[in-house]
Amino acid sequence: MSRRYDSRTTIFSPEGRLYQVEYAMEAIGNAGSAIGILAKDGVVLVGEKKTTSKLLQTSKSTEKMYKIDDHVACVVAGIMSDANILINTARVQAQRYTFAYQEPMPVEQLVQSLCDTKQGYTQFGGLRPFGVSFLFAGWDKNFGFQLYMSDPSGNYSGWKAAAIGANNQAAQSMLKQDYKDEINREEAIQLAVKVLSKTMDSTSLTSDKLELAEVFLSPSGEVKYQVCSPESLGKLLVKVGVTQPAAEAS
Amino acid sequence: MECVFGLVGNGFAVVVADSSAVSSILVHKSKEDKVMILDSHKLMGASGESGDRVQFTEYIQKNVALYQFRNGIPLTTAAAANFTRGELAAALRKSPYHVNILLAGYDKETGPSLYYIDYIAALHKIEKGAFGYGSYFSLAMMDRHFHSNMSVEEAIDLVDKCILEIRTRLVVAPPNFVIKIVDKDGAREYAWRESIKDAGVAPA
Repeated sequence: MSRRYDSRTTIFSPEGRLYQVEYAMEAIGNAGSAIGILAKDGVVLVGEKKTTSKLLQTSKSTEKMYKIDDHVACVVAGIMSDANILINTARVQAQRYTFAYQEPMPVEQLVQSLCDTKQGYTQFGGLRPFGVSFLFAGWDKNFGFQLYMSDPSGNYSGWKAAAIGANNQAAQSMLKQDYKDEINREEAIQLAVKVLSKTMDSTSLTSDKLELAEVFLSPSGEVKYQVCSPESLGKLLVKVGVTQPAAEAS
Repeated sequence: MECVFGLVGNGFAVVVADSSAVSSILVHKSKEDKVMILDSHKLMGASGESGDRVQFTEYIQKNVALYQFRNGIPLTTAAAANFTRGELAAALRKSPYHVNILLAGYDKETGPSLYYIDYIAALHKIEKGAFGYGSYFSLAMMDRHFHSNMSVEEAIDLVDKCILEIRTRLVVAPPNFVIKIVDKDGAREYAWRESIKDAGVAPA
């Protein structure tokens, strides 16, 4: 019965639902999870790497963290090939804005422009929607540090702490419990890692299953995007107490 | 003939323009306002082909307003200047607008600023500048008397010096001028300097 309504994205079902959009969100629920936390002095992004094979060679240090402009970065949950398209359009939008105004694009505008693209695929052309959720971390001169979450329907919203991907509801409720308004970046990292370690399937959390990036202001007032190296991430995990030191690493 | 000039003072910027609508040797009107209030904290003084001037400045004004409605935050003066330059540069390669612009604005972070944009889409951030025949005299006066951080009184005094020089030295001097100011409280008309009034219609 539902077949009549879910083969095309542009059609509502009699219950007023858009099945393809809901399926797209479902697809994200199976993807590696990601957490973003807004701190006083920056934004922290943590992502779960789904290690597929030891033999796989990755070309970059990060799998799901992307720098969009000097002042905005994002983490992806969902279909990576879809995400690549959207990240490319986001980067183009950011550069177009800089070309027109000679100023960095306000973070919300960047998120909004990307979500307009996403929305288009839930309404026009009989194509499937993008199966991607994003967490955007950025800084602009109007609103300072910001964290946004977007989903395949094209909705976006600003958050103090947010989780996407597998087990996001559990992560979200843990964040809700443990988030404090005056949190700083270091505490935010610890919180994010702690939450992720509890919501991930794997029993022991190691640095090769995690990615961590931060957006913050350098002492000179520049916006910095910094990805944590595997070595320091390993040390951090020991410090937070989610992994045992060295011994069993082999 | 046309005179548009402006300068930046301590916490404010002034834009002055003649107010003559002229075609060929005829004066059609002497109270044509050539300094547009672009948004709450921006002034756009323009000279050039009068049709182009109105069309282009209104186009910019409406786009700046659209930006503000869409995004809930205003454009900074620098962003508006670069946007204007971009539009002018795009038009230049299709059907050019013959307009020269002095864009003054006040931003919370950067304070007052003044931008020079000519019809071939050159953009400069300046402290004082002028367009039109009047520029020969107003630039000279400003070179002599301008200094950074002028008070409003000093600036208006300098503006009056410029107007006086134009009226005494320029053969085709326009009779009337409008002076507008932008500061932390917004953009507004400051004063007129009129030597003639448009004759009203004689009562029947």
